[in-house]
Amino acid sequence: MTPFVSHTGRVAGLPRENVDTDQIIPKQFLKGLARTGLGPALFYDWRYLSDGQPNPEFELNRPAVAGASILVAGANFGCGSSREHAAWALADAGFRTVLAPSFADIFFANCCQNGMLPVCLAEHEVKELFRRLAGATVERPYVLTVDLPAQRVHDEAGFTAKFTIDPYRREMLLQGLDEIGRTLREEPRIAAFERRRAIGIPARA
Amino acid sequence: MTARTLFDKVWDEHVVHRLSEGPVLLYVDLHLVHEVTSPQAFDGLRRAGRRVRRPDLTLATVDHNVPTTDRLRPIDDPIAAKQLEALSTNTRVFGIELFDLDSPNQGIVHVIGPELGATQPGMVIVCGDSHTSTHGAFGALAFGIGTSEVEHVLATQCLVMSKPKTLEAHWTGRLVPGVTAKDMILDLIGRIGTGGATGHVIEYTGEPIRELSMEQRMTICNMSIEAGARAGMIAPDETTFKYLQGRPRSPAAGAWNAAVQHWRELHSDPGATYDARVAIDAATVAPQVTWGTSPGMVTSIKGRVPDPKQFETEAERSAAKRALEYMGLKAGIPLEGLPIERVFLGSCTNGRIGDLRAAARVVRGRSVAPTVRAMVVPGSMRVKAAAEREGLDKVFTDAGFEWRNAGCSMCLGMNADVLRSGERCASTSNRNFEGRQGKGGRTHLMSPEMAAAAAIAGCLVDVRGWNLADLPESAELDLAS
Repeated sequence: MTPFVSHTGRVAGLPRENVDTDQIIPKQFLKGLARTGLGPALFYDWRYLSDGQPNPEFELNRPAVAGASILVAGANFGCGSSREHAAWALADAGFRTVLAPSFADIFFANCCQNGMLPVCLAEHEVKELFRRLAGATVERPYVLTVDLPAQRVHDEAGFTAKFTIDPYRREMLLQGLDEIGRTLREEPRIAAFERRRAIGIPARA
Repeated sequence: MTARTLFDKVWDEHVVHRLSEGPVLLYVDLHLVHEVTSPQAFDGLRRAGRRVRRPDLTLATVDHNVPTTDRLRPIDDPIAAKQLEALSTNTRVFGIELFDLDSPNQGIVHVIGPELGATQPGMVIVCGDSHTSTHGAFGALAFGIGTSEVEHVLATQCLVMSKPKTLEAHWTGRLVPGVTAKDMILDLIGRIGTGGATGHVIEYTGEPIRELSMEQRMTICNMSIEAGARAGMIAPDETTFKYLQGRPRSPAAGAWNAAVQHWRELHSDPGATYDARVAIDAATVAPQVTWGTSPGMVTSIKGRVPDPKQFETEAERSAAKRALEYMGLKAGIPLEGLPIERVFLGSCTNGRIGDLRAAARVVRGRSVAPTVRAMVVPGSMRVKAAAEREGLDKVFTDAGFEWRNAGCSMCLGMNADVLRSGERCASTSNRNFEGRQGKGGRTHLMSPEMAAAAAIAGCLVDVRGWNLADLPESAELDLAS
């Protein structure tokens, strides 16, 4: 997994609440066998008009946010389906981190599994980021830095916000660790647990 | 000893090891696998040279992608066919049992687990599907995971997990006739919102919950995720034990008593505390219909489409405005009487035999409105076979419904069963997201009884007060046995 340490990049904003994973990646793109190549499908139904042309109204199609690698969104981002394709599509489209007041649990875990940092900020902080982003232009895109070791988000114009993240996730992301490899080191404990309780009949306390 | 909740008890029994950073290694008793969220996981195992640690605790079926039409014909969609083929190969190579398209046990993963008796109280159950919460109806801790976690469970039979919080949803009072488990859960989601239970496991308690059948309990737990909850749970009781006894994967006769003895301990102790609590009087719940593009955008069938201006926050106002535009609805119009073109009866929420019986009682002796195309997609081939034994298929087809083979079908529209843009659908499924049932499709979620009534009336309608037909005699016999 690609480690996440500190990332500075252009910001795109999606000021909507309850953005569900069906929007992040519609079902017709879930039939593949690979984790990669899903970027073009990201927000497909919002991003394109029915004739296949980019929808100029869609927030992520603003020229000022082209090439963004940081997404700022409304509360409960990633709700609904467990499809990890949502995280894969965001990553494949170049996003390294998503900032929102809250995330759905499964989506949050899926981001972390892919070296993409989900950052929970306060409502007013996200609102302030949307305000600053509104002034972005092609010549002067809005840029943020998300610093995991310092657990801080900041721009060059005085915005700064601290965030929390559980120490396990933090370590996994900073090191880019292979979680399965790590758990397999606990094999003797897993085997002992299985011996303690007879598998196939219900567990006994 | 401190008083523990049902969730605490199941969690504690499955902690293999506490990691130094805080989360635990949680043991998984049953891992359900389907074709859409597993190929990348098997691929990961293959590339790392890893095995499936416990194929005997892993069970696979095909559901999301499968056609619900004739099974003897080859699958039209070559990409879907490839994904189904991949699951067949992967399960063969890794030694996992698969209920494929030709199996009498094939069906939606959350329908077949319980009906086979593979789902049991006190288990930890995971699947790469958010509606895994369904299995919590048995007092299991069951939740959806992403594909990377699927790979992790395949390789280690464990998950790394931080302990979620708990929320008690407590019902009192009695349901009004015509009001169902689906209405209870939609009403709850309407109250607490689609993010209202994020980070929590919900335990559903109270007399109205005790009175529900296992299938109705599954409907409630199924939609826990629509309130943001990781899982929903209901303590097992006599209803649970009666449902499980004699099913193919239930504990065998010799082990049954010991199993039930253990299951009886799986309830929240008196004085156990939850992190949050919601109380609802069941008598106040009316048949629910969603009006928007999120399950929390819901109201009574007697209600009106709300005015976006009435919402408190700017975010809610703009979401409601967008939803009304997408749904083609004007603020203030009554929901009852809104014409529909499609009806979908099925899904892991409401595709079980009890759901089909309830809908059949509304449909029998009546006809689908000429402006409506209606379909029944049984949740599993076993449900389909049971319904056909009871003559329910005839009730539906006589009325003008299409009678299909089992799968997820139009709940998420991955196969050919989709809405056309602008079509309005009365659906027993679980999500009314934009485009969920087909790009531009407009979904109204409701109970099987309400969807059946909508098919007949050609519009959204209050099923309370409708005369319900008796089921065919063969069904009555089956119910009595």
